[in-house]
This record gives sequence, C-alpha cells and structure tokens, in this order.
Amino acid sequence: MSEAPIYTEYHPRWYRAKISTYWWLGRWPYLKFTLRELSSIAVAFSVVITLFLIRAVIRGPEAYGEFQSRLRTPWAIAAAAVAFGFVLFHTVTWFNSAAQAMVVRVKGKRVPGAVVVAANYAAWLILSGVVTWFLLGG
Amino acid sequence: MAETIVLEVSRYCPERDTEPTFQSFDVPFRKDWVVLDGLNYIKDKLDGSLSYRWSCRMGVCGSCGMMVDGEPKLTCATFLSDYVPGPVRVEPLRYFPVVRDLVIELTDFMRKLKHVKPWIVREEEKLLSEGEYLQTPDELDAYKQFSMCINCMLCYSACPVYGLDPHFVGPAAIALAQRYNMDSRDEGSRQRLDILSEHEGIWACTFVGECSTVCPENVDPAGAIQRYKLTAALDAVKSLLTPWGAK
Repeated sequence: MSEAPIYTEYHPRWYRAKISTYWWLGRWPYLKFTLRELSSIAVAFSVVITLFLIRAVIRGPEAYGEFQSRLRTPWAIAAAAVAFGFVLFHTVTWFNSAAQAMVVRVKGKRVPGAVVVAANYAAWLILSGVVTWFLLGG
Repeated sequence: MAETIVLEVSRYCPERDTEPTFQSFDVPFRKDWVVLDGLNYIKDKLDGSLSYRWSCRMGVCGSCGMMVDGEPKLTCATFLSDYVPGPVRVEPLRYFPVVRDLVIELTDFMRKLKHVKPWIVREEEKLLSEGEYLQTPDELDAYKQFSMCINCMLCYSACPVYGLDPHFVGPAAIALAQRYNMDSRDEGSRQRLDILSEHEGIWACTFVGECSTVCPENVDPAGAIQRYKLTAALDAVKSLLTPWGAK
C-alpha cells in the first residue's frame, strides 16, 4: 500500500498525537521487544568472534595463543559477558515465540504450542550436551 | 467500598481545542459496572456532549474500543472494579486521528481491510443447482480462530509499527486475509499474497506481539502474520528454484 493513508476529505481539524522518540520505554513489552531486536547485535558479535577463533586455529598455535590472550583482557571479558546475556535473552524470547510463528500438525491435528516450545528447549539442551561432551574430550 | 470512582476522560472539540485535555467525572462505583457504563452515566447525567462509540455492550460489535489506563480495551468488557480506587483514565484508541472526544477516524482501517480482499474469492463460481461448498470440521477449524476478529482495532492501538508507519496494513487486516487464505473454499490466496508481500504488508511487522496480547477474541494476529511470512518465504524460494512453475 504505497499511497498515503486516505481519510475523509475536507475534515478541518482532527487531532493526531505525535509519537515520542522514547515510545519503547513506556511499557515493558515494548522494551522487551526493543532489547530482543538489539540482541541481534550480540548474536552477530558472537558469530564474528567465533569466525576469528576459527581463523586463529587455522593459522596455528601462535595465532591461537595470541587470540586467547586478547580474549583475557577485561574489556573482552566484559563484552563477552554482555553478549552472552543478550544471546541467552535472544534465544529464550524467540523460543517462547516459536509456537506463534509455526503451526505444527501431526496427523491433521495441531500440536499444542507448549509442546512446540518445549521441543525447542529440548533440542537446545541436547545440542548443548553434545557440544559439552565434545569439548570435554568425548 | 467507595461509592464513586473518578473517570478522567479525554476531551477534544475540533472547533475549539488544539489538543485533547482531560476532564474528571465522579461516577457511581458498582461492582457490575464496566467502563462503558461509567461513560453512559456521564452522557446521561453529567455531560451530554461527551462523544464516543458503542453499540452491542457485549463484546461483539467492536465499537467501544478505547485506551483504559493506557491499555487498549473494549470498554464494555472492562470492569471498573479492576481499577479501584481510581482514577481511571479513558482516552481514544492510540495511533488513530481523533475526531472528537473518544471518537477516532477509522477510514484508513476500512480501506486497508477492503484492500486485502477479506471475502471468499473463487476462480469460477459453482451453479446454485450444484449445491453448497461443503467443509469438514477440520477445514473449519483451520481458519476459525482468525474468523473471530470483530474489527475493534485494539490491535492497531497496541502496534507501535502502525504508530510509526501508518502505511502498514496492520494486524487485523492481515489476520483476516489469512482467515480467507486458510478457508478451503477460497481460491484467492495468490492475489492476497501479492498484496501482502509488499513492504507495508507482512514484512513491516517486527513481531512485537502486543496485537495478540490485547485481542479480546484471542485471534492472534501476530501468529497469523508470522505464518504468512513463512508462506511468502517458501513461495519465494519455490519461485526461485522452479521459475517455470511460478505464477
């Protein structure tokens, strides 16, 4: 709908309220939504760090050691902690929204939303377990 | 228990005011009174010039939607007892132009609703002699939730995307489009997808989710939009992979 909204013509003075720049601070659901959108930056940050990690591993032990020492600085630790918190928030909010975005049917019957959400959390737990097992040396 | 409760009602007279102001009214507090009863009391006993819309008084017509203490509500289903000791602030639905007092201008919504073709589209109508278009209970169940929309526009007032971008088609119109897409008798989903795949359609929605929270009929417009996005994305991928089969 590219054309401007059409209202009844020739009406003299409707009142149109202006929307505050800070509308997202007015209510918790709006703030939560804004934080969820901002958390995408943290997700991107985590991906970039992982890519740098892979590059350091490929370049050999010296590059990997240098990369590790950079990650041990207070700023890097603080950034990683904030990013981790946001990534968790991102994951939880999207998992909780999954049932709204996706309708799963089994034999023609709709699977309850709670089951869809629970399946996401279960997959998360299983994958985290596999990664932990792998990191601890199998 | 208090005998009265204060309603702070937004007043706007287009011939006189540059912006709305609040006027306080003492109305009787009764346990079974809803906000609309308070407004009707004001209209009947205190100030006959108060303007607002209402009709059925039973949550069916969708006329009496207003902001009650900052939340979009059907005033016929919002009890004063939930706001004791008050005051209760009553304003016109947010993001819509105000015509007078609590009356909003809804032409924009009506135009958008018509734009998404919320009716059964058939490529070819059956003859009357061939009988009805039959549906199984499962086919009815597929769209029934979305058919419960009463066009009250509370979802638009809860949607910051609509507030920031008035071109956005909006939650109720998209949910109603989805209602007909999912109807087994309908053959117009391609036409609707072309309309709603535009920027101001489904892709403008950022999934705040408040439209579904405030919906008095549990229609879940946010869910309808996300599912529509999935359909549109799959359709786009399908067109890319099989260009010979597109449209």
